[in-house]
Amino acid sequence: MSYFRDGLVWLNDPLNWTNPGGLLDRLQEHLVITFWAVLVGCVVGLPLGIWLGHRGRGGGVVVTVANLTRALPTLALLTILPLTPIGFGKLPVILALAVFAVPPLLANAYTGLRSVDAETKEAAIGMGLSGGQLLRRVELPLSVPYLASGLRTAVVQVVATATLATLVNGGGLGTIISAGFGLGISRGGAQIVAGGIAVVLLALLAEAVFAGVERLVTPRPLRTVRRRRAARAATTG
Amino acid sequence: MSFLSRAPAPLPLAAPAGDGPGNPWFSWQYVQDNADTIMTKLGFHIGITLETVVIALLVAVPLAVLAYWIRPLTGPILALSGVLYTIPSLALLALLAPLLGATNRVTVLIALVLYALLLLVRNALTGLTQVSADVKDAAAGMGYGRFGRLWHVELPLALPGIVTGLRLATVSTVALVTIGAIIGQGGLGDLIMGGFWNNFYKAEILTGTVLCVGLALVLDLALVGLGRVLTPWSRRRTS
Repeated sequence: MSYFRDGLVWLNDPLNWTNPGGLLDRLQEHLVITFWAVLVGCVVGLPLGIWLGHRGRGGGVVVTVANLTRALPTLALLTILPLTPIGFGKLPVILALAVFAVPPLLANAYTGLRSVDAETKEAAIGMGLSGGQLLRRVELPLSVPYLASGLRTAVVQVVATATLATLVNGGGLGTIISAGFGLGISRGGAQIVAGGIAVVLLALLAEAVFAGVERLVTPRPLRTVRRRRAARAATTG
Repeated sequence: MSFLSRAPAPLPLAAPAGDGPGNPWFSWQYVQDNADTIMTKLGFHIGITLETVVIALLVAVPLAVLAYWIRPLTGPILALSGVLYTIPSLALLALLAPLLGATNRVTVLIALVLYALLLLVRNALTGLTQVSADVKDAAAGMGYGRFGRLWHVELPLALPGIVTGLRLATVSTVALVTIGAIIGQGGLGDLIMGGFWNNFYKAEILTGTVLCVGLALVLDLALVGLGRVLTPWSRRRTS
């Protein structure tokens, strides 16, 4: 366990946090990349998922997208995108991560809208609501918990994969780890472990924060039922 | 300790990394010249994937059965697996590497097994809990004990869930192996990273990627076939 202690000692050195390229800089890079990737993922995934769910078809599309991205190595996308006309820099990294943010957002939006009770929808139509009104006043409010759950999965996923940005010089907290590997275990071991600890803490923090958000936006009566459904959605999505 | 010890992207010296004719996305010449390397990497990739899935399966099924038999354990096992699954792969490698050696195949193997384990436990447990109470009653009425019922009734009925878990675990393991490239144990990931650091050699990157995705699809199809062979009753019902 001495490596673990070395890692903590490394983390305890304020200079390792405030140096240029230190933990704080890398954390900021990490969060900026994550923010933009999730935003792009939302812009693409949510409208598509909501539209497919509202129309009630296209489930095959959702499953296919989820399966394809699972087979595609993050590393491949991270290395290929900069070599396309997109060019180097933050943009290819953000786009690569956004690709992995889309499936959870898409699948959850689709499932959320599909799981609105058919009788509720019939009642709304019987009251004279048009398709757009049904979507805005009935389906969307009822599927907010699902949308939040999708957002949480996407954020955690992107925070985790943003660590890999370092492999293509994209910055982020992973840089601490890869720089440590560059030094070799004997000199960089403490730094590797410290970077690992920082990344794990950030991922768990993101999970906790967005689990809280999910809970906040879920109306109280739905909470217990939801948890069971979420477990099922996680295994299929 | 310096953060900058890892060299920044090597500047293209000879050929620019643009879309010039000297750096095509695919090249038979490259594949032919490097057939040995490619086959070695592919073999490593397949080997470590199969090893991961088999080990994970051997650990996951007993764990799922344990969680199934002892209800109070279900929550903690699922929660723990969920938390472990949020740990980024690179961080897991970073925490394991100093303990097990930085260029060690076992380091990658253990990280992969951990991730595959979580998917498998979850799906096996889902499969087991979906066995209907009537079936269990009938099995008990026929005189099956706890183990007999598990082996002859519950596990076969949970097979579709287990196979789904196997497919998920296999496909994500194939993709995850590439991360091992950071310590030179990434199989096809070594080709991808190698191409990137080697003047952004597109042919090498794309060859690695295509083989990786292809391998995932082939193994997935093989498991679908295995699932059908193992559960002939579900096939008969649908046809």
